[in-house]
Amino acid sequence: MSDNVIEAQGLTKRYGGIAAVDGVSFTVGRGEIFGLLGPNGAGKTTTILMMLGLTEVTAGSVSVLGHDPAREPLQVKRVVGYLPDSVGFYDHMTARDNLRYTAALIGIEPADRDKRIAAALDRVGLPDVGEKKVGAFSRGMRQRLGLAEILMKDVSIAILDEPTSGLDPHATHELLETIRSLKHDGVAVLLSSHLLERVQSVCDRVALFNAGRIALLGTVPELARQVLGGGYNVEVEADGEGLGVLFSDIPGVKAVDQAGPSRYRLLADRDVRAQAAAAVVNGGGALRRLSVEEPSLEAIYSRYFDNQALQQQATSQVNNHAA
Amino acid sequence: MQREGSPWRGLSVVYFRELFDHLTSVRMLVLQFLVVLLGGAVVYFAAEQIRNTTAEDPFLFLRLFAPPGQSLLSFVLVLSILVPILAIGLGFDAINGEYNRRTMSRILAQPIYRDALLFGKFLAGLSTIAIALVTLWLLVIGFGLLRLGVPPSGEEIGRLFIFLLVTIAYAGIWLALAVTFSVFFRSTATAALVALGLWLFLALLWPALAQMLGEVISPSDIRFAQLGLPTPDTLAWQQGLSRVSPGTLYGEAVVAMLNPDAQSMTTLLAQFQGRIGAPLPLDQSIMQAWPQMVSLIAGTILLYVIGYVAFQRQEVRA
Repeated sequence: MSDNVIEAQGLTKRYGGIAAVDGVSFTVGRGEIFGLLGPNGAGKTTTILMMLGLTEVTAGSVSVLGHDPAREPLQVKRVVGYLPDSVGFYDHMTARDNLRYTAALIGIEPADRDKRIAAALDRVGLPDVGEKKVGAFSRGMRQRLGLAEILMKDVSIAILDEPTSGLDPHATHELLETIRSLKHDGVAVLLSSHLLERVQSVCDRVALFNAGRIALLGTVPELARQVLGGGYNVEVEADGEGLGVLFSDIPGVKAVDQAGPSRYRLLADRDVRAQAAAAVVNGGGALRRLSVEEPSLEAIYSRYFDNQALQQQATSQVNNHAA
Repeated sequence: MQREGSPWRGLSVVYFRELFDHLTSVRMLVLQFLVVLLGGAVVYFAAEQIRNTTAEDPFLFLRLFAPPGQSLLSFVLVLSILVPILAIGLGFDAINGEYNRRTMSRILAQPIYRDALLFGKFLAGLSTIAIALVTLWLLVIGFGLLRLGVPPSGEEIGRLFIFLLVTIAYAGIWLALAVTFSVFFRSTATAALVALGLWLFLALLWPALAQMLGEVISPSDIRFAQLGLPTPDTLAWQQGLSRVSPGTLYGEAVVAMLNPDAQSMTTLLAQFQGRIGAPLPLDQSIMQAWPQMVSLIAGTILLYVIGYVAFQRQEVRA
């Protein structure tokens, strides 16, 4: 078997006649952080539920560590941890009792339970509230308790649905740190989100969902090249003669804008700061400032949808003319 | 397609947690308080009544539960009203409550089947009611021993025990109904209202409606009416229709068990033929109540299965 823990092939889910997920294919490797991104209602949660065997697959197939979630749901659920969108707990029970209940459902040995629960609570930063009722917990604490449940379960795949939504920046930061530590343990993490900026920083690869299909799939720089035709904005402030020509000779630079008397903006498909600096110095100029803006998922995303809209307009115009 | 693994995996975990929840919940405390209070009062007055009668009665103990004659309130009547409320109270938020608390998808992501969750919840509810009823039953018998000073005969204990089982089956049918509604309605308030509404309809309106419908389907024969007798066909329709209500089934089964000299339809016929006399022996009483008991259990299973199928097909996301 390959090193992929999740393999989806032409995964499709129809409700009535409407396809919520339409022929989605992707793979997630061992210890990889994979992001499912896209607007609300694009089919991210439905895809996740199909991977867990919690909803039936209309067409296509998905395999989780070699198991089919529809035929062997127990096998799949034993190795997968799931943190649902705005996770809920039994409010009248303490955090520890909530985890004890899940531990019993998972089948963790009673002798082991309390030790693993304590370790998990420690790791998500909730060591002191184990005996508190969950009813008094904030959203961020519930989210962390949900992560503790996954840690306690000792899984090889963690599926997190919108883990950062509704969290303040500090809580989000802590959550992302925990996700990174999961990757460190060799756990494959699949997370869905519509908050692109946050997710960009942790994901190894992303799949952009749009209307039930995967529109784009790859690492963020790959997508940037694909959609933006570059993505790196290098700004140079330097004095010198004919710098614009020198810059445009640098391999990888697509365009050079002169924004002011001594300000240049380079659009490139990679980070060309070193080459730009060398060009200025070799050209006898004086370098004052050099900065780079990495491609943002946000820019990729909005550009992609702008393009889609333009294309649609174009096709409808063509159709109108034809009619 | 064969599912892998046992559907019972996790059943005992769900069962014991739900049972613990029920037994410690305020809801159960209030309901139990209501039952003990009303039941206690009714039994007390029944005991007083029995102490004042001097006539010899072989079934003195049974009179404590179901006083003879037109007693306004009997222990059995109190149970037949309160047991459905108890069952609906314990079952109306079984499944939709999990959705509303957003715990459903988290629990179902653990390695258990939905079977275990639903059945565990149902069994826990039924056990809770059974514990309450057995306690109450023992309390009443203990009270009877103290107050009447006569130990119950073996036959009486047998009859009372079957009465207890029938009452638990009666609770089961209402619990299955409530749990099924909790699958169908996402709002707990709607599920509770619909279940209570159906209970009120079946308990209060249906008996009268069954009489009217029976008359419509098979009108009375004038020849029987002149003799002051009910028309057999009409009566059969009316009885059949009224037995749609679990309350009717329960009432008939209880009367057969606790009133050995009761005059049911079959004994009414015997009366015409002049065969009235000794009370029915225990085994004959069981025979008489058997169809009602089986109907109660079958109804429970049927309602549970409807809820089960709906739950299996339900989408997990809200």
